[in-house]
Amino acid sequence: MKILVLIGNVPDTTTKIKFNADKTAFDAAGVQWIINPWDELALTRAMELKEAPGSKVESVTVANVGRQETEATLRKALAIGADKAIRVDADARDAFYVASQLAKVCQGFDLIFAGVEASDYNGAAVGGMLAELLGMQSVSAVSGLQAEEGFVRITREIEGGSQTLTAATPLMAIVQKGIAKEPRIPAMRGIMMARSKPLEVLSPVDTETRVSFASFDLPPAKAACKKFSEEQAKELIHALRDEAKVL
Amino acid sequence: MSVLIYIDNTDGKFKKAGFEAVSYGVALAAQAGSEAVAVSLGNVAEAELLKLGNYGVSKVLSSTDERFASMDNQAAAKALAFAAAKVGAEIVVLAHNNLGKAIAPRLAVKLQAGLVSNATGLPLNLSPFTVNKNVFTGKAIGHAVVHTAVKVLTLSYNSYGVVEKPVSVNIEAFDAGLGDADFGLKVEQTQKVTGKILLSEAEIVVAGGRGMKGPENWGGIEELAEILGAGTACSRPVSDEGWRSHGEHVGQTGKIIAPNLYFALGISGAIQHLGGVSGSKVIVAVNKDPDAPIFEAADYGIVGDVMKVLPQFIEAAKELKA
Ligand SMILES: Cc1cc2nc3c(=O)[nH]c(=O)nc-3n(C[C@H](O)[C@H](O)[C@H](O)COP(=O)(O)OP(=O)(O)OC[C@H]3O[C@@H](n4cnc5c(N)ncnc54)[C@H](O)[C@@H]3O)c2cc1C
Repeated sequence: MKILVLIGNVPDTTTKIKFNADKTAFDAAGVQWIINPWDELALTRAMELKEAPGSKVESVTVANVGRQETEATLRKALAIGADKAIRVDADARDAFYVASQLAKVCQGFDLIFAGVEASDYNGAAVGGMLAELLGMQSVSAVSGLQAEEGFVRITREIEGGSQTLTAATPLMAIVQKGIAKEPRIPAMRGIMMARSKPLEVLSPVDTETRVSFASFDLPPAKAACKKFSEEQAKELIHALRDEAKVL
Repeated sequence: MSVLIYIDNTDGKFKKAGFEAVSYGVALAAQAGSEAVAVSLGNVAEAELLKLGNYGVSKVLSSTDERFASMDNQAAAKALAFAAAKVGAEIVVLAHNNLGKAIAPRLAVKLQAGLVSNATGLPLNLSPFTVNKNVFTGKAIGHAVVHTAVKVLTLSYNSYGVVEKPVSVNIEAFDAGLGDADFGLKVEQTQKVTGKILLSEAEIVVAGGRGMKGPENWGGIEELAEILGAGTACSRPVSDEGWRSHGEHVGQTGKIIAPNLYFALGISGAIQHLGGVSGSKVIVAVNKDPDAPIFEAADYGIVGDVMKVLPQFIEAAKELKA
């Protein structure tokens, strides 16, 4: 079994979000970049499957769409344990553009992991679009996955509960919290080994942009918090009823 | 021309997120000068379908094919593309819930449509089609412009609200002509959380963080939630420690919620936590640290010991409901 994990390159989750002067683009100055949190969990699960006793997983490949500066993130994925990385050399313009670029990378894999969304533009779309472009079965909200012979057993979250199901491979698993417990952190040895692992760079295919952002805004500033003392707790509840009118 | 609204069901029943999508789609159709049509997939009884009229939609397409119960997004996307072609849909609206999120990207590819997920309101502009969406997990708002003729939108929960506008309903059966090969998922087992208010549906949520000290202190949270008819939630470390189930974890990497009222008890308000709750209309914080970042996000707050405050909240809530 060959596994592919899609890797988004996103600002660290503690980043204070800023935009350029005319508010048309994200201001990346001084930003730390990380593997999209769900992709990091997906990669962790892929490594667990590969390392399990009796594993049928031959290789774990990671892929992203991004410019050269995103290679640090791919190298981190290699340091966590992936065997090979692929980068399509283009700016990630919108979900359809990214999915179209990745479509040609996905040939020959039995299991593809995508994150439920990217923590930057929260598109929640690349995995599903890619599966559709490939004509591949996909399962979303995946919080657990076991590889069996020729199929996988999956746990997914549904409204008000969860479900176990089976699906044949090849399959796109769109994963969320639960797929792995804690994301793996690269060890020194992994970081050393990552330097000599293959990182292939592909040129992009021509694709239209279907959605773009005209501009961005920060949420309106909140009014100052209205403070009550420890003894006035009941009054706070009354204010929720009489003033905020939410009770 | 029409606006097609997909309304998903759980065991034959519609949920609030679906009624919200219908309310939104009806307003969108009015704005665009076109007709709103709802579409339902799976075994939903006529009485349930008729409820959609309460929210202003007079035409409902229904395919009662039992196989949709497996919630196979591939099959559902195919059926919705069929319905969209049938009614000449220019815009398709889905709720941004687990199923809507799974179907929308596949449907967008089929319809060669641009997709805006997590839309938070009606379009600012119809040409070019511009709609607000949450980005950076609630830390900013993007004005998304869709360049394609057909558009697919998923609607962020509790961003538009449910609007009652009763009309009479015309139900039309349709068959999307799917074969068994279209349903590739084999469901083995379903576990439902019963007797609890779903976090995704709750209008009030009471959440506890590490400041609650341990699972043995959750009795007060459950009691307050019970009195107020609220759902219960927690911060990530609380679910990581196993004090509470993973389903309760809210924040950037957990559930994103937007209730009318959110209680953050003993939660510091880390940026990743706020990402999941900042859409709440009113936030109440109790924390013994006056500098805790939660107070910057909160509307009402108490600097103090949650163990002393919580019993008073319960008292006051009881009196209020009495
Ligand atoms: C990639 C990433 C993703 C993350 N995603 C999430 C997420 O989705 N959700 C999430 O919640 N976190 C997330 N986190 C973790 C986040 O950074 C914080 O560590 C976490 O939210 C803190 O939880 P807490 O507020 O319960 O605990 P703490 O930060 O330990 O805060 C406990 C608070 O309780 C107060 N307190 C203590 N005793 C009392 C008392 N007796 N009375 C009143 N107050 C008291 C303290 O003053 C303190 O402010 C993420 C982190 C990373 C790196």
